[in-house]
Amino acid sequence: MSILIDKDTTLICQGLTGKQATFHAQHALAYGTRLLAGVTPGRGGSEHLGLPMFNTVQEAYRATKADASIIYVPPFFAADAILEAVDAGIKLIVCITEGIPVLHMLRVKAAMHESDALLIGPNCPGIITPDACKIGIMPGSIHMPGSIGIVSRSGTLTYEAVHQTTQQGLGQSTCVGIGGDPIHGMNFIDVISRFQADEQTKGIVMVGEIGGSEEEEAAAYIKASVTKPVVAYITGMTAPAGKRMGHAGAIVTGGKGTAASKVSALKAAGVEVVSSPSLMGVAMQQLL
Amino acid sequence: MNIHEFQAKQLFRDFYIPTPEGIVADSASGAIAAATKLAGTSWAIKAQVHAGGRGKVGGVKIATSMDDVAIFAEQMLGQRLVTKQTGALGLPINAVLVEKTDTIKREFYLSLLIDRHSERLCFIASAAGGMDIEAVAAQHPEKIITVMLHPAAGLQAYQGRQVAFALGLQGEQIKALLQIMANMLRLFTEKDASQIEINPLIETGAGALVALDAKINFDDNALAMHKDIIGLQDTRQEDAKENKAKRFDLSYITLEGNIGCMVNGAGLAMATMDLVKLKGGEPANFLDVGGGTTTEKVTEAFKLIVSDSNVKVVLVNIFGGIVQCDVIAQGILSALEQAHIALPVIVRLEGTHAEEGRALLHHVAPNIIAAKDLDHAAEQAVLLAGGAA
Repeated sequence: MSILIDKDTTLICQGLTGKQATFHAQHALAYGTRLLAGVTPGRGGSEHLGLPMFNTVQEAYRATKADASIIYVPPFFAADAILEAVDAGIKLIVCITEGIPVLHMLRVKAAMHESDALLIGPNCPGIITPDACKIGIMPGSIHMPGSIGIVSRSGTLTYEAVHQTTQQGLGQSTCVGIGGDPIHGMNFIDVISRFQADEQTKGIVMVGEIGGSEEEEAAAYIKASVTKPVVAYITGMTAPAGKRMGHAGAIVTGGKGTAASKVSALKAAGVEVVSSPSLMGVAMQQLL
Repeated sequence: MNIHEFQAKQLFRDFYIPTPEGIVADSASGAIAAATKLAGTSWAIKAQVHAGGRGKVGGVKIATSMDDVAIFAEQMLGQRLVTKQTGALGLPINAVLVEKTDTIKREFYLSLLIDRHSERLCFIASAAGGMDIEAVAAQHPEKIITVMLHPAAGLQAYQGRQVAFALGLQGEQIKALLQIMANMLRLFTEKDASQIEINPLIETGAGALVALDAKINFDDNALAMHKDIIGLQDTRQEDAKENKAKRFDLSYITLEGNIGCMVNGAGLAMATMDLVKLKGGEPANFLDVGGGTTTEKVTEAFKLIVSDSNVKVVLVNIFGGIVQCDVIAQGILSALEQAHIALPVIVRLEGTHAEEGRALLHHVAPNIIAAKDLDHAAEQAVLLAGGAA
């Protein structure tokens, strides 16, 4: 088994008629993802990419009972889109949108406390279970079904980890990009705990970066509750303090959130921390 | 986005947070006119730069005569102020804030920010004001008061009282502090700030609470909703290359080394810097060309990198996902031609259409060096930049 999504997972797309969404939806459909419908206010009743369009997520959910929704709407409308999906009863919400105001995300997270829906992202590549279901913007071709669970705050570094575990012949159970924003949905622990419980997953690769304390919290969790081998790479060792390194969440402030702190916490938890991003696959192969 | 102290104090006044009376000036005569208008016998002359730590390096002076006002303003204006937050180059002083001084009985620290862990807005206060709050937090954590705001309930009066009593305030001061906190919260949420800091918040001789300093940062993601805040931007305080990059939707940060880096993805861009350093070199920049890279963006990215005269070699590290490596390779070729780049360019292409991309770059120019993998690319870059530092 994989985590969160598999070949039976059904999906709707919020903002499907946009250029980016259209492009990525075509790739997802070609990958075999069961994308059933789209939502764009005012486009209800029409078709796009051969899929039925709805005006609201509620209507789309009534018609499809989809398990998941992927969101591509522009940043100032994304918080509304996430909460609309929660309200409609969607259980897994993947938000790709980059640039959502932080105060919007605070409200979203507060509202989601009352719901059992899961949020992945925002500002993330999404989630994929190789050869089964692709909900996101990652290139499907580099993935291979296998035994490694990958969780990452960075898009392209996820691809590095995927590529290397494919090259090592290990493949991936599921890959989750949790996103580069300071306030976001599922965190390392949410994903790692599922990998620990998943039979197919034999090893875990986590890719962290400067900013916040989620890697340190994950380290404590791994030490207490994870028996599977974990390889970690933390980026931003050389990032100057006080500067946002591309991702809104990648910033060292007041001496907090440094790569050194994360590396030492993970090492103390028995995690194999690699010094170069090119060593993630090899290190995992050696641990198995 | 950062703004100046005088701009932050104007926002404070707009939101009824008490500040000293002050007037901004960009010349010595302007400073005298400001001090004359403010009246009194003593004025603070404060260099307006986007950095803290001004007091320790002569960026804040107390004048007790009009001669002093003119002299201090003259000394500061047109100079660059180097503080521990600015880097070696410092920041230009284009304006000074002239403020009426008051007697200071006590100095406090008060800030409002977003706590990532609890996902809540959070006030931080301390009776040890006027000092480096990070040092206070490290050495005397018991002197730091933290108040978390429930997203639905917001700031409650009891939370204001918690802070007020911990700071040793009495009587009317307790109400005044609660007002200041409520107004900070309103300013924060109405303008999408990411941090508001008052250090110090002073108790004057008469017992009033006044924001002697003011620092506000804004959430870049929300700026498009706040035209008034965008209007406060002072590009003279910002890195010209970083601003130019923003116009092309590139994420660029100037560093001090000699190896220019062009990478797709923020995480991979940081990782590339780290790897260069690990191999003994120094990166000249952080540069994320983004996911939807076009030939034009790659060209602009190259121009930006080589506009830094420190750069001796350019390291291109691309993991083609949705972006195809052959498109990137085309971009590199056109950039080299358009920008007349003769520097060595080390290229590592991996992922979608990597083979096609490598073929395009094979033997086309003597200064393009194909790297077989990421480590090899970083090693080559360090070698060609003059070896390990």
